[in-house]
Amino acid sequence: MSEAANGSLTGNGHLSGGRNGRSGERPGENLLETRNLKMHFPIKAGVLRRTVGHVKAVDGVDLEIRKGETLGLVGESGCGKSTFARLVLRLLEPTEGEVLFEGEDILGYDRKQMLGVRRNMQIIFQDPYASLNPRMSVGNIVAEPLKTHKVGEGPERKKRVQELLEVVGLSPEHYNRYPHEFSGGQRQRIGVARAIALNPRLIICDEPVSALDVSIQAQVVNLLEDLQKEFDLTYVFIAHDLSVVKHISDRVAVMYLGKIVEVADRKDLYNNPRHPYTASLLSAIPVPDPRKERERQRVVLTGDVPSPANPPSGCPFHTRCPRAQDYCAENTPPLEPQESENHRAACFFPVREGQRIEEAATSTPYRVE
Amino acid sequence: MAMLEVNNLKTHFKTQDGVVKAVDGVSFSLEPGEVMGIVGESGSGKSVTALSVMQLNPKPPAEYPEGEILFEGQDLLWVPEKRMQQIRGNDIAMIFQDPMTSLNPVFTVGNQIREAIRIHQDVSKTEANEMTVQVLKDVGIANPEGQAKGYPHQFSGGMRQRAMIAMALSCNPKVLIADEPTTALDVTIQAQILELMVGLQEKYGTAIVMITHDLGVVAQIADKVMVMYAGRAVERATTDDVFYDPLMPYSFSLLRSLPRLDTAGEVKLLPIKGTPPSLIFLPEGCNFHPRCPFAKDECREVDPILEEKKPGHEAACILSVEEIEASKSRVDQELGVGT
Repeated sequence: MSEAANGSLTGNGHLSGGRNGRSGERPGENLLETRNLKMHFPIKAGVLRRTVGHVKAVDGVDLEIRKGETLGLVGESGCGKSTFARLVLRLLEPTEGEVLFEGEDILGYDRKQMLGVRRNMQIIFQDPYASLNPRMSVGNIVAEPLKTHKVGEGPERKKRVQELLEVVGLSPEHYNRYPHEFSGGQRQRIGVARAIALNPRLIICDEPVSALDVSIQAQVVNLLEDLQKEFDLTYVFIAHDLSVVKHISDRVAVMYLGKIVEVADRKDLYNNPRHPYTASLLSAIPVPDPRKERERQRVVLTGDVPSPANPPSGCPFHTRCPRAQDYCAENTPPLEPQESENHRAACFFPVREGQRIEEAATSTPYRVE
Repeated sequence: MAMLEVNNLKTHFKTQDGVVKAVDGVSFSLEPGEVMGIVGESGSGKSVTALSVMQLNPKPPAEYPEGEILFEGQDLLWVPEKRMQQIRGNDIAMIFQDPMTSLNPVFTVGNQIREAIRIHQDVSKTEANEMTVQVLKDVGIANPEGQAKGYPHQFSGGMRQRAMIAMALSCNPKVLIADEPTTALDVTIQAQILELMVGLQEKYGTAIVMITHDLGVVAQIADKVMVMYAGRAVERATTDDVFYDPLMPYSFSLLRSLPRLDTAGEVKLLPIKGTPPSLIFLPEGCNFHPRCPFAKDECREVDPILEEKKPGHEAACILSVEEIEASKSRVDQELGVGT
């Protein structure tokens, strides 16, 4: 990588240095942490546009992202995954809560300070057709973050952009072309080049492969993995496809109706899900293996995800949960450690190893306040 | 004779840039009660094949220079539109990917199902009403009487797809063509819809053509599979044969390029290089050779035909079965599959 990305940023000593400053990092430390993060969008109605309610898109999320890891964030559409991504980057102002980057709450930062933080936090969007300006050349698109952060100039900047294009598997000759000349997979590569241009530490990948053709997905997934190794990146990988998330993540968090319902190391979560929602989600995914499919026991959840404007009382999942008891409708389960500190689930009647999801749980909740 | 038999179907579109060979010589047959999966990426001709069977491709620009689509012995390419209207919906029904755009937003759901019933069956208004409520109940919509009065925007995605299935099944068709019916839905809802389709198929013996890019969905419900690439069928066999012993490098690459829930994280992914070819300027020789991990020099010149490689297992590849199997185990070893 060129040194061009390592220009200093005045006033933000702790953020400058880019990759060189990272050598002393210990893995396992938190790079980013959210505390009780909430985003309640007001619903306005009537002539006076009075607020009549709130869509609780993100409703109290505590999550930590460790240096160098890939945290997978999964959930069905409308569960608040993308809103969470935008809150972390402060593209949306949260209603409540804290976002700590390197231990400092960035919500209190002013514009200038925020600019410094954003240099270290980038995002790759889902739709490679909507996220690239059709009137800008590829070179200008990738150079945009360099321009904003005043990194390099003229020929130096151009050289850096061409380098970046090569890093993501495009050709430097693509510099003067326009987005419409590229296929979906190539466009996503342009998006990736833009995201890594400033040598950030954290990249939030918001469904980066969902819009791509099946044969192209693996190209982009492999590229993201290679870049992570090469540039010590930390990823938050948001997707609804649990297979892709399993492939790429170290830890996985499952979201339902704006809340994290389970978070664990990849293996624990997939082999030994505690939360009935995680377990039923995993059982719903078809595997490209006809014999396994014939033998599989599926837990088919009934009904749809409730509206986040009017979430159920108590546990948000109790309306669809095969294990729910009366207790679940009245009390909200906290996200609590299961057998290890790393495996947390928000359920009063967690699924035990080897147990079937719909098997009736004991009538005493796992945890009674 | 098979109930539905498609022979060497070609569907071409004349455009200003040239002739788009969207479907270029596809054959398959479907027996009553059978479930066939058509797999392929976007632009491979899956949907155009389905729309050709339904005779829903706009003509012009669509042309059928060759082939036949025999439904119970009559060639749908030549039946008059009046007769086609009777077959469409009544004998062969179709459900589409996006349930929002395939329902009319200004009529109630019940109204639209009733219309389908009244067009195809000689029943009174009250009878049609009762049938509407019954099909909505069949597809698992709670409170069918009340929901029949609802508008599409009041339905969730899963409910809309249920309503589409209800409409498609209202006339008890012999063939149901489902074009990516669960792609727009969440996995938990997808599981509901697939379970519903399998249940109805068992109950009514409807033959299903399931078009999808999701190999897992095919593994779950199909008896046999046709893999399409650039407008052609490149592999045809039973579901087990295609998944456990793919004989066309494209099917093999597709299976190895996707992370699967059971092995993800333990095996590497095989990226398929490049992008699907333009359907106007197809590569010389085999359509897949520029992206094929097993290609040899000959592949650039010889255009393979779909031929039987093993009993009941057809693939379009000039490599011999031994060559393909050797290459497959080499790649599998590199990826760490089966270790």
